Amino acid sequence: MRVAFYRFRKLENILVQLLCAFASFFVILPFVLILVYLIVAGASSINFDFITQLPKPIGEKGGGMANSIVGTLILMGLTFLIGTPIGILSGVFVYEYGNEKLRKIVRFSADLLNGTPSIVIGILVYGWIVSPMHGFSVMAASIALSLIFIPLVLRTTEESLLLVPKELRDAALALGIRKWKVVCYVLIETAKQGILSGILVALARIAGETAPLLFTAFGNQYWTYRLDEPISALPLQIFEYAISPYEQWHRDAWAGALVLLLLIFLLHLSVRILLKKKS
Amino acid sequence: MTNKSPFSYPSHPSNPDSNPTGPFAFEIRDLNVWFGTKQSLFNISMNIFYQQILAIIGPSGCGKSTFLRCLNRMHELSPGVRVEGSVKLMGKEIYAADVDPTLIRRRVGMVFQKSTPFPTMSIEENVLIGLKLAGIRNRSFLEERLEQSLRMAALWDEVKDRLEAPGTSLSGGQQQRLCIARAIAVQPEVLLMDEPCSALDPIATAQIEELIVSLKKNYTIVLVTHNLQEAGKTSDYTAFFLGGKLIEMDSTKKLFTNPRHKFTEDYITGRFG
Ligand SMILES: Nc1ncnc2c1ncn2[C@@H]1O[C@H](COP(=O)(O)OP(=O)(O)O)[C@@H](O)[C@H]1O
Ligand SMILES: [Mg+2]
Repeated sequence: MRVAFYRFRKLENILVQLLCAFASFFVILPFVLILVYLIVAGASSINFDFITQLPKPIGEKGGGMANSIVGTLILMGLTFLIGTPIGILSGVFVYEYGNEKLRKIVRFSADLLNGTPSIVIGILVYGWIVSPMHGFSVMAASIALSLIFIPLVLRTTEESLLLVPKELRDAALALGIRKWKVVCYVLIETAKQGILSGILVALARIAGETAPLLFTAFGNQYWTYRLDEPISALPLQIFEYAISPYEQWHRDAWAGALVLLLLIFLLHLSVRILLKKKS
Repeated sequence: MTNKSPFSYPSHPSNPDSNPTGPFAFEIRDLNVWFGTKQSLFNISMNIFYQQILAIIGPSGCGKSTFLRCLNRMHELSPGVRVEGSVKLMGKEIYAADVDPTLIRRRVGMVFQKSTPFPTMSIEENVLIGLKLAGIRNRSFLEERLEQSLRMAALWDEVKDRLEAPGTSLSGGQQQRLCIARAIAVQPEVLLMDEPCSALDPIATAQIEELIVSLKKNYTIVLVTHNLQEAGKTSDYTAFFLGGKLIEMDSTKKLFTNPRHKFTEDYITGRFG
C-alpha cells in the first residue's frame, strides 16, 4: 500500500516535469523556426551593400537598408535617452516616495499605458505632435516609442527594487546616509541587474514596433539627421517591402527582419557581457 | 494618572525620579509608541549611562526593537507609527521639530539581527560607505579610519589581505563584525544592537560578545538580547520589558541575583517567555 503510494508520487513528479518540459518546448520551437526561416529567406540578400547603401528603385541592382538600420539605432538611442531617466525615476518614486494613494495612481497609469495597443499610441502622438507641427518627425517617433518604453522600465525598476531586502535599506539609513543617497548608491546599485535587463527588454520591444512609427516616423528613402524630419526604420522598411508586389523586395524584407533580430541579439549579448565583467 | 516609577531602587541613579547625577547618554521620559491604534510601548522612562552597556531583555513582542528604534528615530520608517514623550541624547531633545533624523542616526549607530553587508560592495567599501556618502574624500583619512574601524571590530587581521573581496564573501560572524565596523566607522556616540548574535553559532557569538565589551571604552551600547547569559556576561545594566512596559531596570548583577519584581524573577528563572 505504502509502496504503491510512493510509486504514484514518483510518477506524479515525472508527469509534472514532462508537462513543464513540453510547455517549454513551445517557447523554443517558434524561436528556432523564426530564426531558421529568416536565415533561409533572408541571409542570401545580406551583403556589404545591404548594410551600407540606400534603397534603390525596383529593377536596379544593389541598394540596401543602411538608412533604416541607422534610423532604428537613432530611434532606439533617443527613446533610451528620453525614457530611461523618466522610467527609472518614476519607478523609484512608486517604490519609495509619495503617499500610498499617489503611488497606486502612478502604478495603475503605467499598467494601463502598458496595455494600450501601440497603434493607439501612434495615433495619439500623431494628433498631439505630428498634426500640430505639420510633419512626421524623428522627435514624434521617439516620443511615441518612449510612451511604450517608460511604463515597462517603471515596472521593472519597481519590481527590482522590491527584491532588495528591506534590511539593506534600514542598515543604510541607520548609518546616517541621506535617503536620496541610499536610493542611488545602495538600492539602485543592488537592483542594477534587474533594472538593466528591464531596460534591455523594453529596448528590444520598441526596436520592433511598427504601428506607432507609421503615424510618426513615416519612413524616408534618404539619410536624415534632423529631429524634425521623417526617418526610416527597419520595421517600416520591412513593412513597405513586404506589402510590395516585387519578389526582390520580399527577399530584402526578410533580410531586414534578420538584421533587426541580430541587432536585438547583439544588444542582449553586449549587456550580458557588460554585467558579467562588473560583477 | 499614576505615573509610578518602574524602578525597584528609588535611589538608584538610573531612576529618573532620583535626582540623576549622570552622565547620561539618553534620558527618556514617558515614551509611548503606537502602531496605528495598537499601543506598543507604555510610559517608558529611563536613563542610559554614558559609555556603559545596557542590556534590554524580555519575551519576544514586548517592544524591545521598537524601543531601540525610537532611540535613533529609525521607527519613523514604519508606516502608521506615532510617538509621544521625550528622548534626550546628551541632554538634547531628539524629537524636537528642528532636529534632522539623519544627523541623529549618524550619532546613534545601529547593528541588526541579520547581518547586512551591502552585496555590491567590497569589504573596504562597506566600511567606508557612510563616510564617503557624507562627502569625505581624503584618501589617507579614509584608509586610517578603515583600519581603525576594522581593528576595533576585531576583524582587521582576518580581512586585511582581501579588502577588495565582496563583503558577502565573509562568514556569518565576520559579516556581523563587518557591520559593526561599518557602524563605528562614522564614529557614532552610541551603538544600538538588536539581537546581534541571535543568528550566529556559539563561537562567533562569543567573539562578538567579547567585542561588545571592548567597545564600551568608546561607546555607549544598548544591546537587545533574548539570551540572558549574554546580558549577564556583557552588560552593566539590564532593563526588563514586558508587554510594552518597563518592568524593572537595575545594575545587571542586582537584577539577576535579586530581582524586585515577580515578573522579572519568573522571566530570568525561565518560568515563562
Ligand atoms: N512596523 C510595525 N508595524 C506594526 N506593528 C509593529 C511594528 N513593529 C512592531 N510592531 C508591534 O509592536 C510590538 C513590539 O514589537 P517589537 O518591538 O518588534 O518586539 P520585540 O523586539 O521585543 O520582539 C509587537 O506587538 C509588534 O506587533
Ligand atoms: Mg525584536
